[in-house]
Amino acid sequence: MKSHLIAAAVALTVSASVPMYAVAQSAAEQLQEYRDMLADGNPAELYEMEGEELWVKPMGPKSASLEQCDLGLGAGVVQGAAAQLPRYFADTDKVQDLESRLMTCMENIQGIAQADVVKASFGKGLRQPMEAIVAYVVGQSKGMPIQVPATHPKEKEMVAIGEKIFFLQGGPMDFSCASCHAVDGQRIRMQDLPNLTEHEGAAAGWGNWPAYRVSNGTFWTMQRRLNDCYRQQRMPFPVFGSDVTVALSMYMANKANGGEMNTPGLKR
Amino acid sequence: MKNKMTYLSTLAGAALLATSMGVSSQTIDPAVMAVMESSFRTQGIADKDRIYPDEVQALCSDRAFFNSPEGQKKAIALQTAALEAIEPPSDGVYMGDWKAGDKLAQSGRGLTWRDNVGSANGGSCYNCHQVTEAEISHGTIGPSLLGYGKLRGNSKEIIEYTWNRINNSKAYNICSNMPRMAHFDILTEQQMKDVMALLLDPASPVNQ
Repeated sequence: MKSHLIAAAVALTVSASVPMYAVAQSAAEQLQEYRDMLADGNPAELYEMEGEELWVKPMGPKSASLEQCDLGLGAGVVQGAAAQLPRYFADTDKVQDLESRLMTCMENIQGIAQADVVKASFGKGLRQPMEAIVAYVVGQSKGMPIQVPATHPKEKEMVAIGEKIFFLQGGPMDFSCASCHAVDGQRIRMQDLPNLTEHEGAAAGWGNWPAYRVSNGTFWTMQRRLNDCYRQQRMPFPVFGSDVTVALSMYMANKANGGEMNTPGLKR
Repeated sequence: MKNKMTYLSTLAGAALLATSMGVSSQTIDPAVMAVMESSFRTQGIADKDRIYPDEVQALCSDRAFFNSPEGQKKAIALQTAALEAIEPPSDGVYMGDWKAGDKLAQSGRGLTWRDNVGSANGGSCYNCHQVTEAEISHGTIGPSLLGYGKLRGNSKEIIEYTWNRINNSKAYNICSNMPRMAHFDILTEQQMKDVMALLLDPASPVNQ
């Protein structure tokens, strides 16, 4: 991996002698080349391996494993489960994404209080094993089609609310998700922005998160990605697993329906 | 931003203003606001009441309403009001220091829940705009500003227009993506003068 990094650095230096707009183009290309090199060994795989072990490990006050956790395809069925989330669950009578559903399982099966998980911070404490489990679960849907048709009335409702929230402006910079993600071919600084209001862009977005984020050197779940979006939008803090996060996830996943799960992904 | 009571009274105020201009007021879907209220909390300097849209935000959050005859009337009313509310520099001097302006353009700091009260905000200009030729790490959400002053000159009209745009871009295009730098105290008067110089000073790298 170190030789790949050196090769990428050399490639970037060589490109500096090329005219201005061409440098901007080839810088983006070099970044993609660098990512492709890394994808050969996506660091997210380390999280996946850890998550696979944690899935069968007895944990929490009830000292139980998550092997009976129902992610929508039946107790303990992990393969393909992430591809059909978020979805309606009859036992909780609500639409849930992967992380809120995992909280349900952790509470009911392992005795880990949901409130404690919500209170924790990303990458720390109770969230840390959970994030590895997320990497494992989404990896078990890699290559499968996204299956979020939103047939249940509550799913339809969440899609509709998610769409309105997507366009809802707020805060001192007037930002909504749409400020950045409703147009083709835009970027912030050098970061390309998928158009999440169209199928192709939604599939690119939804199908590639959660992901290992190189710039942070850590694995980011979708909840963390949404949280940091709202931070950058200068909005207040979206509570972990709250309805706003599920509604937006539902909107994106439904828009991405039929696209490909490339999770866990690899991001800058 | 505004708390719930102010939000409701702003809606009422908007209703009065709107009715006087022959335009009905706008409410956000209560089911949507219920989700927002149950989902967010204050963190650091990011107060929970930032979730409540002001009139401009409400208008620009609903494309169908914006495109309706009522919405278009409201757009003109709000745009006019925005332009009228802009104040010229307190000392009449529009131009600051372009070097400081370029630093501001590079900085995306400020107003997030990780920022502190009293720390200087940036203008985040490079997030969306090309500004100088040398900086290739720029966004494409806004138009390129390369050669801004060179192309337009330094007439009184251009100076005032540019000042107004930086203060409140929505005075010219109510649903402009650009944050309202003065309206929300994102930039101070001096900082805006520095950005003016970045764009209009003949010595600025923007105009080489």
